[in-house]
Amino acid sequence: MSAHRCKGTRDMSPQEMRRFRLIEGIFRESCLKWGYEEVRTSTIEHLHLFTSTGTLTPSRLRRVYSFLDWDGWSGERVVLRPDGTIPIARLYIETMSDAGLAKLFYVTDVFSFEETGKESREKWQCGAELIGAGSATADVELVTLALDVVHKLGLKYVELILSHAGLIRTLLVKFGLSHDEQEDVFDHILDGDLSILAKLKPERPGLGRTLAALLDLKGRSVGFLKNMRSLVNRDLPELEAPFNNFIDIVERLEAVGCDYQIDITSGRGFEYYTGLIFRLFVGGEEVGGGGRYDALIPLMGGQDTPASGFALYMDCLMGLIALDNLVPPSAGKILVRTGLKKAGDLKGAFDLATFLHEAGYPAEVYLGGPEPANLKWTVEIRSKEPCFVLTDRDSQQKFEVETGPEVLVLLGGTKRLPSAKSKGKR
Amino acid sequence: MRLKIALPKGRLLSETAALLAQAGWGLDEYRDGTRSYRLKSQKMPDLFAKVFQEKDIPVQVAVGNYDLGICGLDWVEELLAKYPGSALVKLRDLGYGKGVLYTAASRSLPSPQIDTLQQQRDIVRLASEYPNMAESLALDLRLKRFSVFPLWGGAEVYPPENAELILISRINGDKTFNHDLVAVSRILDFSAYLIANRYSWESKDLSSAVASLEEILACSGESCTQVADIEKIPEVKGSYPVREVAGDVVRLALADGHQQQPTIELLNKAGIRVDDYPSSSGKRRPTSNLDGVTIKVIRPQDMPLQVANGNFDLAITGKDWLTEHLNQFPASPVVELLDLKFGWVRIVAVVSNEVPVTDTGGLRQLWAGQSAPIRVASEYVNIADKYARDNHLGLYRIIPTWGATEAFLTEDADLLIENTQTGSTLARNNLKIIDTLFESTARLIANKDSVADAKKRKKIESITKTLRGALA
Repeated sequence: MSAHRCKGTRDMSPQEMRRFRLIEGIFRESCLKWGYEEVRTSTIEHLHLFTSTGTLTPSRLRRVYSFLDWDGWSGERVVLRPDGTIPIARLYIETMSDAGLAKLFYVTDVFSFEETGKESREKWQCGAELIGAGSATADVELVTLALDVVHKLGLKYVELILSHAGLIRTLLVKFGLSHDEQEDVFDHILDGDLSILAKLKPERPGLGRTLAALLDLKGRSVGFLKNMRSLVNRDLPELEAPFNNFIDIVERLEAVGCDYQIDITSGRGFEYYTGLIFRLFVGGEEVGGGGRYDALIPLMGGQDTPASGFALYMDCLMGLIALDNLVPPSAGKILVRTGLKKAGDLKGAFDLATFLHEAGYPAEVYLGGPEPANLKWTVEIRSKEPCFVLTDRDSQQKFEVETGPEVLVLLGGTKRLPSAKSKGKR
Repeated sequence: MRLKIALPKGRLLSETAALLAQAGWGLDEYRDGTRSYRLKSQKMPDLFAKVFQEKDIPVQVAVGNYDLGICGLDWVEELLAKYPGSALVKLRDLGYGKGVLYTAASRSLPSPQIDTLQQQRDIVRLASEYPNMAESLALDLRLKRFSVFPLWGGAEVYPPENAELILISRINGDKTFNHDLVAVSRILDFSAYLIANRYSWESKDLSSAVASLEEILACSGESCTQVADIEKIPEVKGSYPVREVAGDVVRLALADGHQQQPTIELLNKAGIRVDDYPSSSGKRRPTSNLDGVTIKVIRPQDMPLQVANGNFDLAITGKDWLTEHLNQFPASPVVELLDLKFGWVRIVAVVSNEVPVTDTGGLRQLWAGQSAPIRVASEYVNIADKYARDNHLGLYRIIPTWGATEAFLTEDADLLIENTQTGSTLARNNLKIIDTLFESTARLIANKDSVADAKKRKKIESITKTLRGALA
């Protein structure tokens, strides 16, 4: 029997984990500074959490990992979380709705079946959700926070693509479709299938052309949106409100210095969004996205609560960041050696390593076999004076000292104050 | 080059045999009543054919055990509903064995049912022998909350008390439904289909076999069956009251199939009279002289789950199916009340006589270090899974089967978990028993919440006592 991982899964090596933790660290730090609090939701959720809102397309629901739990004799399935936002909305409804405003962030994995197994079926994302705030300023804050993280990761040429779900949904109402038919058409549009438009029979001729023109809408200024609004306003006054909302947000983004592009069809994968949708690209690769989902919480049985959020796709970001530019070279390691075989001598080695850790130095006890890479010092522990023999591995110069504090002096002094219980003295 | 084909038992056998005979395949042993699973052709020496339950054939072709297969399109679509990436190619409608898969509901529900169910926030229960297609349908309909009961059969008796919707097939133009059911939508038109393994189709020369069938079919002018979109069937007018079951009524499930005779004998001996069971007209709602008890007839395989989920309070099923259920759901509220002493079988582990071991330990040693997965075939997938785990069989794969499991050894499985009474079928197929997992007889089972229910406890205790008396 050979040991190998499951198809479509991914392990993270120590090098990859350094990238992962770096992204996570920068994301956490940024969120905390903007006043967001970290939460973590369960990996296993009820399937009906994702079906009850009608917010995920059937094609997406077919790819969820669902199963009958050990107590699933009712026939209802549970799933491995296929989405980061819906569990956060569930958490808010369950425990936080009295608070009104909740600014939450998370780092989590989401699961979705992928046929070929070439892509990972477990994807990591870090996301922020702003629940209870419905203003354009709230949307701008989330876009700014997402961009802030991406820029701190040293990524250049970041593209911000904007869309607005409210525009499409409002127009679909005019086609005289039932709610389910509207959802079906919206699903097709979000899945990138615009051929569905040819099958629609709008109440008035010309609506199809208007929708097609809207879906073809691409521009880089608020003026462009205002032009489009003036074009359709007379025939479709219902579009004024979503257009005004879109323009309001875009004007504010311009005010804070954001570059952006408008592409109405870029809503794919954001089934539950009702207002602004934004996506972030680096070098043509999508690294994140989010938007406003005001209908989600009421659909899940919560109060009428506005909400918006975004997620950054860590698997993509891990491949894009230049680790060396972001992390200073690690300090050389110290290897504590003892040739002595008594338990008491071993204690001396571990005491010294602990003493050095508390002083802010990386130190390992030699366990046999090859020495670790990136060694700066070796400290040999002896049973008689001199108790410590230090070797500078670069110059091969040797130093003999008697106490732990003297070792510290040789290494360059304390980086952090050792605790009162420091045991590195002999 | 060897060509392997999986052929159906059951309803498609005679017409498939006629087609292959016309095509000159020379599979003389493939005929109604045959006991042979492995077929050779004098005319096509490179052809190896094996006979399976129709439902097993798409899986066997998809995993590459067979290059070609013939089965109903309904079972192909059932596999593809769950595993759309299966290595299956649908080659040719064979034009016989036609049927339609419907969704059906009780006439007692207000119409139009689908629209109502789509708005429902409570659980919508779907019951079917086609659970994958049922789940797929629920997602397509965007049902807000649903559960799917996979069934071995008898779906028509579930609505309205135990399911809102069923997926059920009707074959050969039969459009009638028992039990006050009405078709709600037409899901799929199906017939017998020639299918191929995708890799075989891309890499092997199957042309002579396919062409020989094509020649016959072209002459008969058969056209392909298309998968129908969900099509709403016109509303059927009529007033049918919902059968309300009072809170103190005990709901009893009795088995269909070959367990009916010993069950009715025991009930008669206990003085319990059940009318229309077994039913000559196929009805599944017998009446009895037990006050405050309603009875439905369902498959014994389905009973433990149906008792667990509260659809029934009491049922008579085998220990084997109870164990299968408890292996899947260890915390299930199903409890065994009484051993009814009939329907004795042994659940055994079986290998080919060619395998040089006499017990499971020997099997473990023989397979230690083997890189290919051990293939364990069984109708009892959870019992088989537990057995493989408990006996540390290493890398293994469970192959679910729908009967005639003995045919799987040795080409398509390495080990069977199977039930047997005398062992003669196993011996006839050159197989041997290496372990007995447990012995099984019919049991009276109950939902423990029903037993604890003050309104039902007395009736359940009374039925249990009566049956115990009859066993004495």
